[in-house]
Amino acid sequence: MAEVASKIPLFKTPLHHAHVASGGKMVGFAGYDMPVQYPTGIITEHNWTRESAGLFDVSHMGQAYLIAADGQFETVAKAFETLVPADILSLAPGQQRYSQFLNDAGGILDDLMVTRPADPADSARLILVVNAGCKEQDYAHIAAKLPKGVTLQRRDNQALLALQGPKSAEVLSQFSPVAGMPFMTAFATHFDQIPVYISRSGYTGEDGYEISVAADEAGRLWGALLSDDRVKAIGLGARDSLRLEGGLCLYGHELDPTTSPVEAGLTWSIQKRRREGGGFPGAARIQKELRDGPSRLRVGIQPEGRQPAREGTEIFINGRKIGIVTSGGFGPSINGPVAMGYVDAAHSKIGTDVVLMVRGRELPAKISSMPAVPNRFYRIPKV
Amino acid sequence: MTTKYTKDHEYIRVEGDIGTVGITDYAQQQLGDVVFVELPAKGKKVAKGGEAAVVESVKAASEVYAPVSGEVVDVNAALEKSPATVNEDSTGKGWFLKLKLSNKAELDGLMSEADYQAYLKTIS
Repeated sequence: MAEVASKIPLFKTPLHHAHVASGGKMVGFAGYDMPVQYPTGIITEHNWTRESAGLFDVSHMGQAYLIAADGQFETVAKAFETLVPADILSLAPGQQRYSQFLNDAGGILDDLMVTRPADPADSARLILVVNAGCKEQDYAHIAAKLPKGVTLQRRDNQALLALQGPKSAEVLSQFSPVAGMPFMTAFATHFDQIPVYISRSGYTGEDGYEISVAADEAGRLWGALLSDDRVKAIGLGARDSLRLEGGLCLYGHELDPTTSPVEAGLTWSIQKRRREGGGFPGAARIQKELRDGPSRLRVGIQPEGRQPAREGTEIFINGRKIGIVTSGGFGPSINGPVAMGYVDAAHSKIGTDVVLMVRGRELPAKISSMPAVPNRFYRIPKV
Repeated sequence: MTTKYTKDHEYIRVEGDIGTVGITDYAQQQLGDVVFVELPAKGKKVAKGGEAAVVESVKAASEVYAPVSGEVVDVNAALEKSPATVNEDSTGKGWFLKLKLSNKAELDGLMSEADYQAYLKTIS
């Protein structure tokens, strides 16, 4: 068996000791020593999250504020709109949006979550969450582009926990009034007297929450949530299989500096005013792709049989290469292989027969709909 | 009957000139949940250190190398339907393939059970 070892010194999250104590198998990820799984294994953790509630340590992610010195929300929103294609000005207090930092060619430098704080006292700031592996370059990029009067404030002493799965709401409701929160909203509250900032969002395709908490309180929050029988700790391995089944992009795989949000199927994250008005990096390319269609598209890929097709697998039709797999593995909920990738737009129709080359052999597959497992984000019940 | 081990965590259990090849309990623990096993065709000749099979976990695909040279005379087809057997019983029902050894002297270069256990202590 082949093995890969890493000797690079790794950062630790405030919950590192808890992962080790729980038997977490620690691996290097984005510069952090993180649990890829706990003793029960990825499949059990994955299924637990789909059926009950999974608790994830995502403290490696970058948390920051963007603050306008003049106290005006409009100032910070306008500044941020020069970096991302989302409509920031129209964010309501407490509303969260998904967006991307773009380069001048319309390629994606990172993807992120941005929230307008609900509290009027914080009205001149935005709350950012960016990817661990990109955060240093993101912060440098933001700092270089910001106008005078808007500053970036890193929040390196803040931990981030995610509670995901259909029982997350009833678990967290014991501590905070979160059950009726709309999807993609956030507010400041307390959890057993610990100040926390809770958003209803996540990265599993399930209903759930992300909870930002001071690093020195993270252990208490982690322990309190885990003491509930409905909650189990979940590692990065299941986080990846859950998001892959959920059709969610992972930076460095589906998204990179050559990929545009239109190619990635993220046009929904560019609101109408920005599509028409532009004013973000790479707007010319993105508006052209919106008008004429992109040359390639992110698609789901369903291999026949049980053999997974991994990242980097080339995709063919009639011997001609039409694309590549960007994430591929085994989906425990569909109990079979699951993959995403990019193909020429002309061959992106669902049901198209393709051939994957896996270790020198042809593996038949079809272009398939995404997500492989339907998302179950919280929707307010219709009256 | 004798069992020998490689530094890549394969075992070979030798009876006469037939060796049963699989991965060690340490290896299956490191891999995590096994979801797919690709086995060679019967009759395939493999060289010592060459790729004999592939084992895939949720996360990744890993090669299983032939501990010694030989010809594949049998494969554990049951693994294609139930790859998790590799996790449950890697050194028993979770075997991968049987080799007809072409050079038994190659076994001398492999680790004994005691050597392998000592080796595991050096890498963990």
